[in-house]
Amino acid sequence: MKELRVENLHVTIADKEIVRGLSLSVPCGQVHAIMGPNGSGKSTLAKVLAGHPDYQVTKGNVSLDGENLFELEPDERARRGLFMAFQYPSEIPGVTIANFLRAALQARLPEGEELDATDYYAKLYEKMELLGMDRAFTSRSVNEGFSGGEKKRTEILQLAMIEPKYAILDETDSGLDIDALKTVAHGVNSLRGPSLGILLITHYQRLLNYIVPDYVHVMVAGRIVRSGRKELALELEERGYDWAREEEGEMALTR
Amino acid sequence: MKTETDTKAVDINRNIGDFSYDVAHAYDAGTGLSEKTIHYISDVKEDPDWVREFRLKGLKTFLEKPMPTHWASKDLEAIDFDKIRYYLSGGTQAKRTWEEVPEDVKRTFERLGIPEQERRFLAGVEAQFDSEAVYSNIKKAVGEQGVIFVGSTEGLKNHPEIFRKWFGKVIPIGDNKFSALNSAVFSGGSFIYVPPGVKVKHPLQAYFRINAENFGQFERTLIICDEGSELTYMEGCTAPKFNTATLHSAVVELVALKGAKLQYITVQNWSENVFNLVTKRGLAHENAEVKWIDCNIGSRLTMKYPSVIMKGRKARGEVLSIALANDGQHQDTGAKMIHAADETTSNIISKSISIGTGRATYRGLVHVPKHLKNCKNNTECDALLINATSRTDTYPAITVRGTGNAVQHEASVSQVSAEQIFYMQQRGLTEAQAMSLSVNGFVNDLVRQFPMEYSVELKRLIELEMEGSVG
Repeated sequence: MKELRVENLHVTIADKEIVRGLSLSVPCGQVHAIMGPNGSGKSTLAKVLAGHPDYQVTKGNVSLDGENLFELEPDERARRGLFMAFQYPSEIPGVTIANFLRAALQARLPEGEELDATDYYAKLYEKMELLGMDRAFTSRSVNEGFSGGEKKRTEILQLAMIEPKYAILDETDSGLDIDALKTVAHGVNSLRGPSLGILLITHYQRLLNYIVPDYVHVMVAGRIVRSGRKELALELEERGYDWAREEEGEMALTR
Repeated sequence: MKTETDTKAVDINRNIGDFSYDVAHAYDAGTGLSEKTIHYISDVKEDPDWVREFRLKGLKTFLEKPMPTHWASKDLEAIDFDKIRYYLSGGTQAKRTWEEVPEDVKRTFERLGIPEQERRFLAGVEAQFDSEAVYSNIKKAVGEQGVIFVGSTEGLKNHPEIFRKWFGKVIPIGDNKFSALNSAVFSGGSFIYVPPGVKVKHPLQAYFRINAENFGQFERTLIICDEGSELTYMEGCTAPKFNTATLHSAVVELVALKGAKLQYITVQNWSENVFNLVTKRGLAHENAEVKWIDCNIGSRLTMKYPSVIMKGRKARGEVLSIALANDGQHQDTGAKMIHAADETTSNIISKSISIGTGRATYRGLVHVPKHLKNCKNNTECDALLINATSRTDTYPAITVRGTGNAVQHEASVSQVSAEQIFYMQQRGLTEAQAMSLSVNGFVNDLVRQFPMEYSVELKRLIELEMEGSVG
């Protein structure tokens, strides 16, 4: 089955366990949201899936369309079709967006094959238009001196250009005003379709008004404590994370 | 946009340079340095008496001067001057066509792609093999304008009236220990004269190739741009990897007369056994411009501080330099700007990259005396550290006296962070690709000011260096 599958994942950083037995499946073509309070391990999950070297996986499996991700380097995972939109994207001084994306797409071509420059720019301009970005942006250095909103838009632009099989959006809504949020959501929605699975990580329900998920999971203290359809997000909004925490406590008692 | 063919035209990489063919030399001064060595060289080259005396004075000065280890690297002590061969050649007359160049020497330059580059975008080429130029040719149209472009041996012989007037004037024998050494045993290098008002559209290029082991290459270049003329000169250098030390100690003197523009580009790619100790200085007369573009890749130790003396009113001096110090290498580079007239302006932009245990040192000197008015200097030096073991040092010396002058100095040190590499890897780039893109980004604003052929070559060289540096 085509899916991004996480089974009983345990992750530690500096001997502290952050993810404690998490299981999840995002089938291709669906949008799953993970909601949770600060410190619940959401961003850790995203980084571990992408292969960040600071985290130790102590237990569990993650597979992408059946292939074990943990046997792959971060760049190999990316080329297999996994994309992560960063909460805090890095600056790359002196490297323009156009050159960076070109290198990223070139890295996906077979040895000896060259990216067609004309097609590339046509696609780049089309995607920029979709995200309401000025063409002059292509000659700016990646994330250098960008506002929060510009950084997030650039992440979504990269998502649109790279066309992965699975995308993890880590707190893409944070730091965005309502107009920027709408633009970003519009960009993501236009990419939705049967060939893309999306894992949306967010603290707030607000984003889910604009990118409506197929499923919602609530993450507390390193585990998924509740899963449901999109209505769960509203319920959570109304009753707060304390309610979810109680559930977690109950689960621990009844186990 | 750069096309694929442009890239290939200047594709010289470290590995391409790492080869050597056995070449039997007709003239060999043997090992070690004494007055006998000087006489041998002078005899082979049929030097006039004044040159022989110049050489002997050079030797005396070299022996008297202490090694500059009190301010520079102690690694200089590793040079054993008794084990070096100071002159090796097959003859002193450079050929005018590649067909005439002996087969065993020609194939070296063919492998380095020099004849091909010449056809593609150069106005003239000189190719030096160990001590002498083996080939030197200038396009007919350029020669007809009165431009002289020959090896220094030939320049001295055939154009003594221009040669003697300027030779050793910008850089005197006793300028430093290594300029004295060069003065004693110099051989090869270019001699160029551009007549008044002549603007040479395409670059002239010299290629310096060290082929022999335990060898010292001491080329001497003298370029004179007469009033209102323009020239771009480019030098490339390679040597094969030997286990023993090789010495390259050149002296380059530039003269830009009133209103002339002279641009000197170096893209050196030495193997890591080469001590590269070079003195480069330009003299800019009224309203003239001397610009050094200096890219230092490879070598064991490079010490090089291109300088400009702005002698006439409104003269301009510029140094744009990039140094890449890989594992075990030390790039000790910088620039000197001597303001000696009113309204002179100078600009220094230096970027260095240290990889592994590599060390990059910037030394700068800006001098504006008290009596001058409206002089300006801008200095920017940026260092990029790749690993925790990489090192960079900056020694700027700025003396600006008087009130009507403006100086601006900016320096920065940055690091390629693990987060930045992870971010790029997440987009599908390998660690080496990510590193090389970061480094190219770091030098990008500077490289953009280079002529296209050389900026492409430089980027390729950086990529090759980065590939070798990541686990």
